[in-house]
Amino acid sequence: MIEMSRIVRTIVAIIFPFSMIYGLYVIAHGHLTPGGGFQGGAIVASACVMVLVAFGSKWTTEKIKEKRLSVFESVGAVAFIGLAFLGLIFGAVFFNNFLVGNDYLFGVVPLPGSSLADINTAGVLPLMNFAVGLKVIAGLFAIVLVMAYATTSYKEGKK
Amino acid sequence: MSKRNIAGAVFLSIIGVIFIFSALHMHSFGFPDESDMDDYVIENTQEETGANNGVTSVVFDYRGFDTLGEATVLFTAVAGVIMIFRRLHDD
Amino acid sequence: MIYNIPYIAVICLILIGLYALIAKRNLIKMIIGITLIESGVNLFLITLGYRKGSIAPIYTSSPGGIMSLPIPQALTLTSIVIGVAVLALMLSFVIHIYRHYKTLDVGKVRRLKE
Repeated sequence: MIEMSRIVRTIVAIIFPFSMIYGLYVIAHGHLTPGGGFQGGAIVASACVMVLVAFGSKWTTEKIKEKRLSVFESVGAVAFIGLAFLGLIFGAVFFNNFLVGNDYLFGVVPLPGSSLADINTAGVLPLMNFAVGLKVIAGLFAIVLVMAYATTSYKEGKK
Repeated sequence: MSKRNIAGAVFLSIIGVIFIFSALHMHSFGFPDESDMDDYVIENTQEETGANNGVTSVVFDYRGFDTLGEATVLFTAVAGVIMIFRRLHDD
Repeated sequence: MIYNIPYIAVICLILIGLYALIAKRNLIKMIIGITLIESGVNLFLITLGYRKGSIAPIYTSSPGGIMSLPIPQALTLTSIVIGVAVLALMLSFVIHIYRHYKTLDVGKVRRLKE
């Protein structure tokens, strides 16, 4: 893809960190407010695609290759399944929530109720949110990057 | 009109009649029939999971196995797309 | 009958999607028809779980009242993500077909060329 004009590039460079922080906020507060892993992952992936559209595919492919994106996605998938298997070890069921209602982690049992946000509320749910969010970010950005790079170099005559 | 167009029009009208007939016999919009499962989830989601969001506790705790299947589908689709656009003569 | 408008919207979406899938010969238009059918089905899933005068099923600073059913919303979330994945795979197939056959007409991509 051809890069866009200088005004567009400057504005995208200003807006990009705020979009990323907003997406990570939606992922991290998945158990308190509407949102979660999939929704926040889609927001961060849209921010990355905005950078790809504004700066051109040649510049973006030099910065990040698709081999590193596959490492991100695999880490997210392995973390998700690892948390499910840990529930099998600490309880007796496959997706058991083994951090809720007991004091394994910090020695303090958090109380259930609205608008109380200790770091140990909802047990294993925020960790699963982060794993799924990482997987969705890497997957959606890899799809758009591969499609953008493959169609431009075909136009130049290579195959 | 060719034979293909006539067959398509007959098929669409049959599907439309079936849809309209079954829409007249659904429950009214806003009064669901039986909701024992959802009442249990709304009552007990703050003690059993500790989460304040009902939808997240259903997606990741009460029905976590479906999320595992969906993550697998997403991984397979990304693998298929990258495999189609691979060129074998660079690095 | 005037209160069942979401069901009429679902029927219209699915019928328009089916018409675009049957009667058009361009590959991109058929893919748009498939996406319309998926949108209609997702809307139907959410319509099934609404109680009259209810609020969202979230407890953080909620004003209190009846809550709507959370399980159909969770199933719709999974369905939307699967729809995105299948759409990406379909579009990459169309790009590959266009490179090989130089046309997007569905009646001409029949034989295995060379």
